Amino acid sequence: MTETVLSISHLTKRFEDQIILEDLSLDIHEGEVIVIVGSSGCGKSTLLRCMNALEDIQDGEIRLRGSLIDRNARGLPELRQKIGMVFQNYELFPHLTVMDNILLAPMKVQKRRKAEAREEALALLERVGLKEKAESWPRQLSGGQKQRVAIVRALIMHPEILLFDEVTAALDPEMVREVLDVIVRLAEQGKTMIIVTHEMLFARAVADRIILIGDRQILEDSDPEQFFTAPKTEQAKKFLQTFEFRKKQTGKTDIKNAEA
Amino acid sequence: MDWAYIEKVLPLYGKAAWLTLWTGTLGILLAVLAGLLCAAAIHWKVPVLRRITAAYVELSRNTPLIVQLFFIYYGLPKIGIATDPATCAVFGLAFLGGGYMTEAFRSGIDAVDRIQDESALSLGLTRFQTFFHVILPQAVAISEPAFMANVIFLMKETSVFSAVSLMDLMFTAKDQIGLYYKTTECLTLLVAAYLIIILPLSLLGRIWERRLRHAGFGA
Repeated sequence: MTETVLSISHLTKRFEDQIILEDLSLDIHEGEVIVIVGSSGCGKSTLLRCMNALEDIQDGEIRLRGSLIDRNARGLPELRQKIGMVFQNYELFPHLTVMDNILLAPMKVQKRRKAEAREEALALLERVGLKEKAESWPRQLSGGQKQRVAIVRALIMHPEILLFDEVTAALDPEMVREVLDVIVRLAEQGKTMIIVTHEMLFARAVADRIILIGDRQILEDSDPEQFFTAPKTEQAKKFLQTFEFRKKQTGKTDIKNAEA
Repeated sequence: MDWAYIEKVLPLYGKAAWLTLWTGTLGILLAVLAGLLCAAAIHWKVPVLRRITAAYVELSRNTPLIVQLFFIYYGLPKIGIATDPATCAVFGLAFLGGGYMTEAFRSGIDAVDRIQDESALSLGLTRFQTFFHVILPQAVAISEPAFMANVIFLMKETSVFSAVSLMDLMFTAKDQIGLYYKTTECLTLLVAAYLIIILPLSLLGRIWERRLRHAGFGA
């Protein structure tokens, strides 16, 4: 077995009196692509946000290669550098150009030299097809372009793990593809990633493990083939059915017979 | 209009205008600094400090500058803190302006989406770096109109400095009127001098606003 990158044990997350996740444990290994699915409000985004301490947790612990991720720890910024996160609404910094968005963290946090970081930024932008947008402002980009910049901004920090929080949910359908293609390529390079998404075809293509969250717990943790063809639990079957459409009934059906 | 008289007192007005300008500028700069610190204390919800800040903002905004000046000039010496008129003026203006600047920055900071914070934090920026590199630049852009209105308002408020016998423009004009009864000349010079100081500020504000709009972020 390869090394564990991120380890969640017995995590409980509450919002005031409401329990969102309870006694949840999960290990993510090096090079694994984990896709988290579940119906809206099941806590999958919350779980992701707990992983870099954007949410506090009420019980249990999360460790990145053994280091405790604690919302109140002094070393939290150093740990967060190693956890890249991409948000649903891109969250580029509107007052900075694309290049400055990408360079802010490498220069301020990692104290890298500008020329060297800039060179890497350009190479990364080229890989996502946006080299010529380096000096543009975020407002001049389409949603898909913004999201690709956000991915580059996370990548330049050389994170050990990448978290994607419904990164295509705010995009127009024709832009979803360009973002998902970038993620698929990252998966091929062996990056460790955790992806929350509603794109089931993409999930099936990119995932090593699919995790279904529901009832405050992990309901199913299986490889994509098994998950989509032979789900173990009733809840998984039910969840998958919400993505299926009954074929439109044509006029041939005899209503009288059907009722009989 | 007695032009010979105007020519004679022009240097006097020049000196007074310079005094108004530098005490005003220094007071405003300190007000900006105080405003930034207070807005940061509120933003970070610093336990005790945010309460003190809130009290300070109410106190500074709900009392007239002339009362604040009197307090500093005549009140503080009683507990052993004596100041000369210029120092009193600068700190009085800073005290008043700090409250207004706090509110301008605070409203700007509030208008920046919370998730921008998370976005910066998740890149490994500290809370301090996040505030200064990500939140504040956007907040300042949003609160620029309020900020410039405050700057102009505070520069105009310097006209009460004469109450603590600072020999600024207002003091000089009143003095000259008392001495020579050249009311028309003195008041015309007074208006002209304030315009020379404050009009460029308005212009600067407009240029800044246009540049921000060109960059196209914020409000």
